[in-house]
Amino acid sequence: MAGDQTVKATRRDLLSMIGMAAGSAAMYRAMTTLGLAAGSDYAGPIRLDGDPKGASVLVLGAGLAGMTAALELRNAGYEVKVLEFNERPGGRNWTLRGGDTYTELGGARQSCGFAPGLYLNPGPWRIPYHHRALLDYCRRLGVALEPFVQLNHNAYLHSASAFDGRPQRIRAIKADLQGHVSELLAKATQQGKLDEAVSAEDKEMLLHALRSWGALDDDYAYKASLLTSAYRGHAKDPGGGPGAAPTPSEPLGLSEVLRSRLWRYLQNFSAIEFQTTMFQPVGGMDMIGKAFGRALGEVIRYGAKVTRIQQDGGGVTVTYADAADTSSVAQEKADWCVCTIPLSILSQIPIDVGAPMKAAIDAVPYLSALKVGLQFRRRFWEEDEAIYGGISYTDLPIGQIAYPNAGMNGGGPGVLLGAYTFEGANGYEFASMAPAERVARVLDIGAAIHPQYRAEFDNGIAVAWHRVPFTLGCAGNWSEEARAAHYDDLCRIDGRIVLAGEHASYLPAWQEGAILSSLDAIGRLHERVVGG
Amino acid sequence: MSGRIPAWLVAALAASLAAAGTSATRAGDALPTPVAPNMLSPGRTFAETNGASLYANACQGCHMADARGAIGAGSYPSLAGDQNLEAAGYVVAVVVRGQRAMPAVGRSMTDEQVAAVADYVRSHFGNAYPDAVTAAEVKAARP
Ligand SMILES: Cc1cc2nc3c(=O)[nH]c(=O)nc-3n(C[C@H](O)[C@H](O)[C@H](O)COP(=O)(O)OP(=O)(O)OC[C@H]3O[C@@H](n4cnc5c(N)ncnc54)[C@H](O)[C@@H]3O)c2cc1C
Repeated sequence: MAGDQTVKATRRDLLSMIGMAAGSAAMYRAMTTLGLAAGSDYAGPIRLDGDPKGASVLVLGAGLAGMTAALELRNAGYEVKVLEFNERPGGRNWTLRGGDTYTELGGARQSCGFAPGLYLNPGPWRIPYHHRALLDYCRRLGVALEPFVQLNHNAYLHSASAFDGRPQRIRAIKADLQGHVSELLAKATQQGKLDEAVSAEDKEMLLHALRSWGALDDDYAYKASLLTSAYRGHAKDPGGGPGAAPTPSEPLGLSEVLRSRLWRYLQNFSAIEFQTTMFQPVGGMDMIGKAFGRALGEVIRYGAKVTRIQQDGGGVTVTYADAADTSSVAQEKADWCVCTIPLSILSQIPIDVGAPMKAAIDAVPYLSALKVGLQFRRRFWEEDEAIYGGISYTDLPIGQIAYPNAGMNGGGPGVLLGAYTFEGANGYEFASMAPAERVARVLDIGAAIHPQYRAEFDNGIAVAWHRVPFTLGCAGNWSEEARAAHYDDLCRIDGRIVLAGEHASYLPAWQEGAILSSLDAIGRLHERVVGG
Repeated sequence: MSGRIPAWLVAALAASLAAAGTSATRAGDALPTPVAPNMLSPGRTFAETNGASLYANACQGCHMADARGAIGAGSYPSLAGDQNLEAAGYVVAVVVRGQRAMPAVGRSMTDEQVAAVADYVRSHFGNAYPDAVTAAEVKAARP
């Protein structure tokens, strides 16, 4: 009997998997285009066997791509130097803390006023568990990680035009959507409306699954009960002693849930890039860049702005200016060059490469993005609303509010991510504002979700990525057509120059993409060098 | 949303004296008064209705309020007194198709908006090209 069931279940599973695969092919294509469904193909530490015989490599840019290349090439016996525009390692891997200053393009200077231990990651902030290359470097470089909470069921989904602008708990929207959909499907199944699609044998199992997944009662109904409240939350929570029995909450109606459109945010929790477990470095994302920087030490020359990249049969010559005094110019020569300068900037630098690579360098626009860090005098989201870490999503121009994943339940001030938006008109509009106005607008807007903003605001800092001097944008925004036309030319070794960085990967706008691109580039370069 | 700073925020900012010596935004700071009011469009596309407002809310993010651009590790080109702007078709093409790192912002604008902002840039910041761009020209230039 038991064996019988196992066999049937296995066949059923197989069928359902095939069905799912066919049905979701279009979805998968869409997701890979967005870089969403992609895990990492990292297969362990790179091995660069063979003697480079003292060959020299000049690496341009000390972001994660550049520093990965520098570290591995140096370990393999190359003579390595890195030229970096900033006075720090990391590039987009960057953290702002109290006492830091940041001057954006246009000259506006902000000093971060956060309390000790608090920070904003203006760029990367989360690491999927399957970004194995990045995780491997964290382990090798001793960077401590902690969980990053992507899904907090008690955070909010919010729309200005739904529920009179009242934020809804994620758990309620999720439970009610699943519950109502399950009830509908169960009804259709029982009425025989799905008979063509579902075998008699599967029908029974489908009903079981719907009851379990949707919290349906014995009659396959989704309605107010202690059962449904166990998923969506109670009207009155259980306590101790007499009179402390919980009372059920009333589910939202199906139509209300559908029309609110809040369901669309649930996708933010289901794509593989956002599935549990996600990580963040303890103390700020720049712990990674700093660890790479320490490992490389003197190899990196900071404050060096590359202005020209030349090559001939004999080697590479790179001209750079002192970033603080651009009249002071110098040159560096090497046998090979790994260039990780973002295309937004590289497209402006004279570079001796063939027409195909040059066309590729010119083919990628850079995304806008905004992040605003807000320090509040107390962690009201925890104290008043029991929100510990995670993200609330909204259709207001702030996009989301993310709660700190460290120092939870500890009291004292805290720093929220008050806005995180990409593209769209708002991306440009926020970049067009002075930093103080960005902060003010984000506060004003966010107060619709957390009215405590009004009493508790202390200080804030705003980073609009089109104004960031060292990238001129958030990340390369490959269109499908541009990728088809140019991507391979971008990655190909051109004479003595190879490019690397997130822009030369299929994991755009992820640190993993920067590292994988770098490992691939130096692997090919090394083959050339030792192969003759 | 025609973005004014709400009273509660002004009060919160005025109530604190903590900000001395820094330029970060703190409770207590005077907030800047923008030259052209900044706005936030309600949707993904630009809701600004004239060239000045489109410039101040879309282009200014990179080309700056005075259209002189900016220089960092790379640079944003100055549009002030820019002879490249003489050819209206060039301006329109760059806005609707993008160029190198510059995104095709014109995709989030109507033909009329693109024409308005092209005209604005071509007749301000030391540029004085009299020929106006038509919406039909913009439509024809779209990819
Ligand atoms: C808002 C935002 C959110 C993100 N979120 C995540 C996330 O959650 N998780 C994640 O993994 N990734 C995230 N990313 C993506 C991640 O930051 C990048 O993919 C990665 O850091 C890119 O590394 P890189 O080495 O390719 O480029 P960079 O880090 O940009 O390095 C390039 C380096 O070149 C230097 N340089 C530029 N011009 C010159 C010049 N002329 N001369 C000399 N040096 C120069 C720069 O200063 C920089 O140090 C995010 C990025 C942004 C902006």
